[in-house]
Amino acid sequence: MVTMDDYKDGETEWCPGCGNFKILEAVKRSLVDLGKEPHEVLMVSGIGQSGKLPHYLKCNTFNSLHGRTLPPAMGAKVANPELTVIAVGGDGDSYGEGGNHFIHAIRRNPDITLIAHDNQIYGLTKGQASPTSEIGMKTKVQTHGVLHTPFNPLAVAISLDCPFVARGFAGDVEHLSSLISQAISHQGFSLVDILQPCVTFNKLNTYKWYRDRVYKMEDNGHDPAKRTAAFEKALEWGDRIPTGVFYKRDSETFESKLDVLKSGPLIAKQYDSAKLDSVFENFS
Amino acid sequence: MLNRAISGGIIIVDINIKIGGEAGQGIQTIGSVLSRTFVRDGFYVYGNQFYLSRVRGGHNYFHIRMSDHPIYALDEKIDILVALDNQTIPEHIEEVKEGFVLADESIVGDNVNENIVSVPFTEIAKDISGKKLFSNTVAVGAVFGLLCYDLATLNRFLSETFKGKGDEVVEKNIKAAQAGYDYVKNGKFEGVCNYNLNPQPTNRRILINGNDSVGVGALAAGVQFLSAYPMTPSTGVMTRVAAHADDFNAVVEQAEDEIAAINMAIGASFAGVRAMTTTSGGGFCLMTEGLGLSGITETPVVIFLGQRPGPATGLPTMTEQGDLNFVLHAAQGEFPRCVLAPRTAKDAFNQTRRAFDIAEKYQVPVLILSDQHLADGLFTYERFDTSGLKINRHLLEDRAVSSDYQRYAITESGISPRAIPGQNGALVVADSDEHNEEGHIDQTTDNRIRMNEKRLRKVDGLTDEMQMPAIHGIDGADISLIGWGSTYGPLAEAVDILNRDEVSINLIHFSDIYPFSHDTFSLLDGLNTTICVENNATGQFARLLRAELGFEVSKKILRYDGLPFTPQSVIRELEGMGVI
Repeated sequence: MVTMDDYKDGETEWCPGCGNFKILEAVKRSLVDLGKEPHEVLMVSGIGQSGKLPHYLKCNTFNSLHGRTLPPAMGAKVANPELTVIAVGGDGDSYGEGGNHFIHAIRRNPDITLIAHDNQIYGLTKGQASPTSEIGMKTKVQTHGVLHTPFNPLAVAISLDCPFVARGFAGDVEHLSSLISQAISHQGFSLVDILQPCVTFNKLNTYKWYRDRVYKMEDNGHDPAKRTAAFEKALEWGDRIPTGVFYKRDSETFESKLDVLKSGPLIAKQYDSAKLDSVFENFS
Repeated sequence: MLNRAISGGIIIVDINIKIGGEAGQGIQTIGSVLSRTFVRDGFYVYGNQFYLSRVRGGHNYFHIRMSDHPIYALDEKIDILVALDNQTIPEHIEEVKEGFVLADESIVGDNVNENIVSVPFTEIAKDISGKKLFSNTVAVGAVFGLLCYDLATLNRFLSETFKGKGDEVVEKNIKAAQAGYDYVKNGKFEGVCNYNLNPQPTNRRILINGNDSVGVGALAAGVQFLSAYPMTPSTGVMTRVAAHADDFNAVVEQAEDEIAAINMAIGASFAGVRAMTTTSGGGFCLMTEGLGLSGITETPVVIFLGQRPGPATGLPTMTEQGDLNFVLHAAQGEFPRCVLAPRTAKDAFNQTRRAFDIAEKYQVPVLILSDQHLADGLFTYERFDTSGLKINRHLLEDRAVSSDYQRYAITESGISPRAIPGQNGALVVADSDEHNEEGHIDQTTDNRIRMNEKRLRKVDGLTDEMQMPAIHGIDGADISLIGWGSTYGPLAEAVDILNRDEVSINLIHFSDIYPFSHDTFSLLDGLNTTICVENNATGQFARLLRAELGFEVSKKILRYDGLPFTPQSVIRELEGMGVI
């Protein structure tokens, strides 16, 4: 039996009160609930405060580069589809520096869960705007306030027909953990965007700000099978902010489309140099 | 016909054929049919192509040199020029000294020259088949007509090639070739037949280019994951691996960009398979960040880089050895790496296999530095011996992996025992930040020093691994050419020609570029006049010799017009500088 203690590791370096603690707890709880052994799990992260999460969790870890969370995760998943691969990134990481990978990972559809810590601010570099910052948010760099339209990860993911699209709130660990569990269990690329207050730099999107606005879509009868409805929900932002599963559909994953993986993971295949003879036929 | 000594033998047959035309006219098809027929008939072919960065139009050419002895370079004189476009004759007629030009009447135009043979390729094709399409085969037949060459092998080759398209297509191709042959042989050049060709059919030989050879080398090394973004002139490697991926339990993924390509390969390697990426200089610019990730996480990865002239988009389809400095220094910080620059297609096969072995043994990125000249260069060999190929993954055995496994354990060699995620229940923790032996972030200064030194200690082992340069030509020569990578063929032949003329010259040629083998300095220090010959404008390899070994070359020959050296161009330069 896997317990929370199996996943315990390391002293954290996050600010007291950081939303990351709740995300860490939710991830651990999901893995325990799903009965995953630490050696079956590979966490891939980028850079930023979110990037440190795998270090505080006992499992296989590949802490990569800023914005490059998804490509190594995808390479690892193809090499060994038996690993439960979870990618962890921030909003800058997943949607800014790694924006192109985000789009193409969804198109490719490996069975990977992306947990995006979306705090609408750059924390590690001390408080600049992120791709999801609201228009008008003032920072030391955005001195006239943010000028650009915020990136909407959920709407983009749904438009790309991502098979599982959800939003959680770091202030509700139980709900968040359930979303992460569903995402990990769902076949195909799964996005869990997490509203996560940055208690140090984001004075706008605080715990209270979110608590006054978030609501669970499942309580209002949202049907995640309906893509158009999901898209409409993804556009809702302001006085009311929906959380829960926006969209899900059955999908054929990238790995399942590769014939070579049908008989087991690449790492388990035997090498046969005799086949080189037929390769040389091409050159005679 | 020139009689030349090369590699100890006397070349009796030495015929150069150039096919010029627009992109899309099938000059590659003609070149390929001719070369492969020659190879099957026991001749050695070296071929290369010049093409522009466009899908249709422009003036391109395919150059074939055939011989009865192994050859690795092009010659500057043309024996047979096949002109398919209006530009071929004006651009190349000067190269045709004692040879012939085969051209359709419409192309001959005002170019009046007794060597120009007007052959109605299109008309003959239409007569035979009703289609213009067969005019390429007519042209092939015309070339053979001029050579008075037996068509048996060609006919077999055409049957094989077009078998899938039905008997009628096969028959029409054979007829088209015969018609082209007859037109030339029985026409104006009846009785020329002065080439003395003596076909000796064999099925042991192959015709392979540098890119294909890298691809086959990767398959032979057990590559199981290749991710790349297509970029000339490297794409052929990706295509070759993809063609055989299913048989070799491999996955080839076209990444969204080069950044994704190298990072995917690193992820696959971390998870336990041999992985590589392929690109050219511009793509490698984007990969430099990932190169450093391989360096600090000590994740093996093989990077194939087919150089072309830069900066930026440069001359996308031409050749240069301009990225040496770049690959040596790419990515921030300090970490061990290995750079191999194959000389020939066969060397590319062997070096690629070695690249995977070195990458895994030392857990470092290994770069295979090629260029357009080698990538597209066609070489003839006996089939490579692949019997008894074995792969050592340099991974921990299951029984050696325990629950307290540490990915970055400090060792004397700098190489930490490598396990893969999940192996025997072990956890593998890797980090792009500086990390401790467990793989967790550790920013303490003591740890930084220990870890940095651990990684850099691998350079000692790598140095032991490196091979000395090849020496070609006479011992103790007055003049030594120094070269690296794809220039081997032209330089070796220049040396052969000059040795035959009793010039005291040899070639010291490097395929292992970085780090240098231990005894390199003492070898170089014993030489007389040294002339570094490179396909770049600044003498990057000469600079590497100075930086790494404190060795200063006497002179340099540099070519940077986008074209490769020929033996003749090297000899002209040597004459020009007055050393011979």
